[in-house]
Amino acid sequence: MVQPVVAGERWGARLALITLSFAVLGFMISLAVSIGEISIPLGTTTKAVSNRLFGTAFELSRIHQGIVWDYRLSRALLAASAGAALALSGAILQALLRNPLAEPYVLGISAGASTGAVAVMILGFGYGVLTLSTGAFIGAVVAFILVSALAAGAGGGADRIILAGVAGSQLFNALTSFIVTTSANAEQARGVMFWLLGSLSGVRWPDVYLAAPVALLGFAVSMFYARALDAFTFGVDAAAALGIAINRVRVILLGATALMTAAMVSIVGSIGFVGLVIPHAARFLVGPSHGRLLPASAIIGAIFMVAADIVSRIIIPQQILPIGVVTALFGAPAFALILYKARRPV
Amino acid sequence: MSISINDVRWSAGGLMIVNGISIDVAAGKTLGLLGPNGSGKSSLLKLICRLRNVKSGIIALGNADIAGMARLDIARRVALVEQQATTEAQVTVLDVVRLGRTPHRGPLSPWSATDDKAVSDALHHVGLPERAGQFWHTLSGGERQRVHIARALAQTPSELLLDEPTNHLDIQHQLEILSLVAKLPVTSIIALHDLNLAAMFCDSLAILHHGKVVAAGTPEEVLTEELIARVFGVRAYIERSAHHGRQHVQYRLD
Repeated sequence: MVQPVVAGERWGARLALITLSFAVLGFMISLAVSIGEISIPLGTTTKAVSNRLFGTAFELSRIHQGIVWDYRLSRALLAASAGAALALSGAILQALLRNPLAEPYVLGISAGASTGAVAVMILGFGYGVLTLSTGAFIGAVVAFILVSALAAGAGGGADRIILAGVAGSQLFNALTSFIVTTSANAEQARGVMFWLLGSLSGVRWPDVYLAAPVALLGFAVSMFYARALDAFTFGVDAAAALGIAINRVRVILLGATALMTAAMVSIVGSIGFVGLVIPHAARFLVGPSHGRLLPASAIIGAIFMVAADIVSRIIIPQQILPIGVVTALFGAPAFALILYKARRPV
Repeated sequence: MSISINDVRWSAGGLMIVNGISIDVAAGKTLGLLGPNGSGKSSLLKLICRLRNVKSGIIALGNADIAGMARLDIARRVALVEQQATTEAQVTVLDVVRLGRTPHRGPLSPWSATDDKAVSDALHHVGLPERAGQFWHTLSGGERQRVHIARALAQTPSELLLDEPTNHLDIQHQLEILSLVAKLPVTSIIALHDLNLAAMFCDSLAILHHGKVVAAGTPEEVLTEELIARVFGVRAYIERSAHHGRQHVQYRLD
């Protein structure tokens, strides 16, 4: 007999799992707020957050209050939003393009963002009007439009999108290098390098007000299409034969990933590996069904990114590593472990 | 519901693949689609469930022209079993069969008892109920084919299209699958290569050659030595089987 699938206890287990993962994320965020050059006890952190959120009046030094609320909490929430959005984008693209190597940057978005950022930072495009983030966002959108047009012109299809993305990425990376080598001084080159590898320094609340809604919106849209993504398991024709409006689903979901990636890259730079690795880790834990995979990817991505931010701040005293270096340094071995564990009996 | 195909044409890359085909299948009947590789069988099946749009001509389910139907409405009645569709995802047999319920569920509606029954019935029909938890990549080619058929049955279609469903199956399962399909109360079109199986299980046959129907009718009318020589380029000897009473084709090498 087939096991009944709508069983009460499975909902109970699911609820427990969701609660647990949010608890872990909450704990990780409070750790991220407490740990740093000035160490702040967890109790003080809680009080500072409560003072701002619930209007309580705990006695705290204004420095502590400021560090917790203005610097570290916004930074941790941004890390969580970026991690969730990048992981979601990876999960969506891997399903849509039926390619386990697909990730948010495969569409050329990060390369375009980098070009936009250096154009503002070094060439001074739109100086005074365009911020670095806006420049990056425009670059990301331009790259996405170019890659989409190229893919559509080449006949569409998953493999064409990936090839067009590779071409777009190479082009924009070359432009970035061209600008940096011809126009940047040593100081600027170092700054660009840091930005390219991803950095949460300088993140403030307005960034969170952009990133968090984008991540939530991306999550809502992708959950709405979770079953459509499942239907892509056996390819585009199989999905269409199951009644999926493939063109509409593709446009909406590619648009959602482009928006999420562009928003995150424009704020924190290109943080590699999260979009590629986290969905695989999530798949290993909860299986391939997108109704479970998407929430799992989002929450694991968020936890991973907050943890990576903590590590990037404490691993070398008095110095902050680019977070992209940390995600790759820890992500790559973790990925290798997952591959090894999930190996198929030959 | 009946399927009627009226003067349908479809081309790809400047090549006319389906070149003016007209076929009618009465409700509940099974049509065998025969013809050499590249004769347009797979393309025709894709046109019938509108995975491709016809260049000209009309395909109707009952009285409804599919060109005017929503994709979802087509998927609720027409199920397609493609040739050799596979995946790298770590899905189980149950996951795959449950995909068949996709057109019957809204994006947010929960899994229902009807869905459960359709999936369970489908698994029983193909004889795999106890394999529900097994991973796709551990299945043999024949088992994968049966899972695909179960997925199509879980769609509870009124029209079933199968593209060479007996490929990869051992003879026992070939016979089981075809007699299952022939007995189902649905209108089916099966692309086949085996002329004898086609004669045994199909109510009518249509032979395609270069995108055209060169013969159509009952197996007795269609399967002749002359036609097999002309279309397939082999010499055959045909007799009525003393055992099951249908046409039986034997091939000559001399």
